[in-house]
This record gives sequence, structure tokens and C-alpha cells, in this order.
Amino acid sequence: MNKIELGEFIKSTDKDLEIKEGNQFTEVTVPPLKLFSLAKQLKEREEVKFDFLVCISGIDYGADLGVVYHLRSTVYEHTIVLKTRTSDRVTPKLDSVTELWATAEFLEREVYDLLGIKFTNHPDLRRLFLDSSWGFPLRKDYVDDINIVTK
Amino acid sequence: MDIQVKELIADEKQEYIINMGPQHPSTHGVLRLVVSLQGEIVKNIEPHIGYIHRGIEKMCESITYPQIIHLTDRMDYLSAHINNEAVCLTVEKALEVDITDRIKVIRTIMSELTRIQSHQLFWASYGMDLGGQTCFFYGLRDREKILDIFEETCGGRMLVSYNCPGGLMYDIHPNFQQRVKDFIKYFRKALPEYDTILTGNVIFRERSIGIGPLTLKDAVSYGVTGPSGRASGFSCDVRKHEPYSAYDRVNFNEVIYNEGDTYHRYLARIEEMRESMNIIEQLIDNIPEGSYAIKMKPIIKLPEGEYFQRVETARGELDVFIISDGNKNPFRLKFRSPNFVNLGVLNHISKGFKIADLVAIAGSLDFVIPDIDR
Repeated sequence: MNKIELGEFIKSTDKDLEIKEGNQFTEVTVPPLKLFSLAKQLKEREEVKFDFLVCISGIDYGADLGVVYHLRSTVYEHTIVLKTRTSDRVTPKLDSVTELWATAEFLEREVYDLLGIKFTNHPDLRRLFLDSSWGFPLRKDYVDDINIVTK
Repeated sequence: MDIQVKELIADEKQEYIINMGPQHPSTHGVLRLVVSLQGEIVKNIEPHIGYIHRGIEKMCESITYPQIIHLTDRMDYLSAHINNEAVCLTVEKALEVDITDRIKVIRTIMSELTRIQSHQLFWASYGMDLGGQTCFFYGLRDREKILDIFEETCGGRMLVSYNCPGGLMYDIHPNFQQRVKDFIKYFRKALPEYDTILTGNVIFRERSIGIGPLTLKDAVSYGVTGPSGRASGFSCDVRKHEPYSAYDRVNFNEVIYNEGDTYHRYLARIEEMRESMNIIEQLIDNIPEGSYAIKMKPIIKLPEGEYFQRVETARGELDVFIISDGNKNPFRLKFRSPNFVNLGVLNHISKGFKIADLVAIAGSLDFVIPDIDR
């Protein structure tokens, strides 16, 4: 499917979602509550079959924390981008997609480690690279007194 | 049966835990695997990583794009040139710079040389992991020849940093073409030796065939790319599916096996060296004339937006995802590094095998630890 057809497919599953045709991929903005059900449909529906979760990138937008999912279908060779945001910076929570793609277990742990976003239903959510005494370094308000990195 | 023997049998049913690494030679770096064992059988593996986490993604947010290139060398240091290329391609895509054919062809040749030397080192160290000391000497002997070619053209041997946004740092050395041709001629003769020493070796085959099988469904679900994924029948070669640089103008086969065991992960890499030589042979005689670098602005600022680029490193798919806010630093830069994702499958494929097989399985996934930790 091309970008427009993918956009129409998303519209047919849920017409409230915000769809943008990016310069490379179709980008869908999903509210956190709808994320898992949409991801499940994208994986399981035969017409799209997004069976390969390429990467999960956690982003600190300043006010919000966001997560971007790149999904690809190995059958149809198309890609879609799911974006979700949460404005809760103290206890940000999203649904885990580990049930759908096994690779999410590691990728979500990385996001939790570096941005502090918790994934509910994750089988083993612990810090990955850093120990628990660290803050969350990829947040924009992270201050490191020892290794001062300024923009 | 006396009491002592009974106690021993009871003990075997209990799990006990040992640490493999972080200084274990077969983990090829500081990777620590906490292995739960029942007797000799692996029940569970928990990788502990982060010993050399440098926060490259965070550092990238405070430096400029030409500076980022030099950090990418330090991720997967055996695919250094390909990592450089990934960032350059993303920047060029964002700025809509048209690079010359000469740049594309030289980049492709360099990438393939990088792939060959990476697989040579894989072969060398994998042979040694499984007890064949000779492999290490043979592999490094041949790899040295490629590193010499790199040194002459790029100045660096391993961390070449030869790419820059808009092209290459310098033009190729006048000897480059001749030396590459000599190397291919030499290596076509040397590669069958690899098969004689290791591929056909009975001990090696006994230790690798049927060990650590990964099905196609699991390979896709775990996102295992590169030769490890292709050994399970997962057609994931970015060079074929989304050609970049000069890969659209060369003929080569995507090496695919369906068995998915340790032996075929090994075999996929050996075959890839042959394909890489084919690619280089098609390009080396007709490197187009033209400029080796497009003049870029002294301060490179990407337009606001999101840019995504895939490349095929020696270990799998490396993705660069840049979010730019229009400044000279990226707002967020994400590397999807192949080794990090491939590590996730280790527990799944090692369960139920013996601890000695774990060395064979982990070796066949060909980890480079700085790429896992970043």
C-alpha cells in the first residue's frame, strides 16, 4: 500500500485519529489509550500485516514525552509511523506492545531507562544501561553536574 | 543407590546461576550474561549491558552533524564506514543534496570492503571460540590487507571517518583501484581455505549444525536482521529492498537460508563475502569521474522535520532517525543499532541447549558490544 492508501486504511479503523502524510511515511498520532488496540489491528489485519517492529524511539518534546514506533510489513514492504504523547512527566505510562512484537521487550526497556516512560504489561521492566541512581538522561531537563554537556 | 549419589541427582534438578562475562573472552567485549543452569542445560539468560554506555544519542544533541560522523565510528567499530554513511545519507536526504556518481560508487566499494573485513574478523574469532586457533591467524592475515587499503586512502585503519556530509573527506589514493583488484584476486584464492579449515571440519559441524535454531516467525518478531536474520529465511537486506548509494546498479544475490541454526548463520557470512567481492568487481573498474565532495555550507542546519534512513551494516539494519528543529544540532537522534536488537533473541534461542553451545550461539550472532551499549 502506498502512503495515501495506508492513511485511508487507518481512517477506516478509527476516524478520529490524526493522520499526516510525512515526507517519507504515513504518520499517525495516537492517544495513549488507543495505542495498543491500533497496534494490534495493524499487526493482525491481513491487508496491512505490520509484522516487523523496526524501532521505538522515545522523545522529550519539552512539555510532553513522546514515543515513536516505526512499523514495517515484511509481506507488503510498507512502513507506518505511530506517534503517541503523554503530558504526565512524573509518572508517564503507556501500554506495552511486547505481546505483539517480541523485540519490544528490549526496545521498551531502553526507552524506560533513558526517558523514564513506564510500559504497563511489560514482562520485565528494569533499568537497562544505567543503574537506578541515575536520572533519565535523554530528558531535556536532565542535569549532569559531572559531565557538563551544554547545547 | 547410596545417599551421596541421590543428593547429586537432587542437586541437578535445582537451578544455579553463573556469570558469563563481563570479561569472558567469548563475549568479545564487556557483555555479562547471567545464566541460569540446570546441570549443563541453559534455562534462562539475562544479559546485563551498559558497561560501555557512553550516551552517544545524548552527546549527539549537543554537537553538529559533521561531528556526529566521528561518534558513529565508535558504535559498531567493525562497520565504521557504513555507520558514517548512514548519517551522511540522512543529512543529504534532509538537505536534498545530489551527490555525484563518483561519491556513490566509492562509498559502495568502501562499504563492501568494510563488510568483508568485518566478516573476516567474525570468521577468525568464531573459529577461535570453538577451538580452532589457526582461524584467528588466517582471518587476521587477510583482514590486514583491507586495513592497509583503508590506511592508504582514509588515513585511519579501523575508525576510518572517511565520509562527510556531501561526499568524502579526500579523493581515493592513486593506488586504490590496483590494490583492491589485487586483494580480490588474492582473496578469491584464500576464501576456499576458510571452508577447508572450518566449514568442513567435523568438530565444527558437530558443534554448530542444529544448534540454536531460530524460525522465520521468531526472527521477524524479534527483529533479527543481517546475516543472522537471513539465515532464518528473513529477507531483510536493505541493499536489495531499499537500495542506497550505488547498490541499485550492481547485480548480487541476497544470501538466504531457511534452516536458521548456528551453522547457517555462519555460512551466510561466508557467502556474503563472496557477494561483496562480486559487487566490488563490478564497480572497481568504472569509478565515474567527478567531484569527490559537494561543497556544503560551513554550518549545516537541517530543515525542521523528521528524517529516517536505513542502511545495511555487516550485522544488520542500522536506522538513523533524526528529528530536527532547524538548528545546527539535532533535536533528537536515534540509532536503531542491529546488535542491540539481535541481543534480545539470545535467551530465546539458547534455552534448552548446553552451556558450551551458548558460546557457539552467541558467537554466531556476532555481537559488537559498543554497538549494543552506544
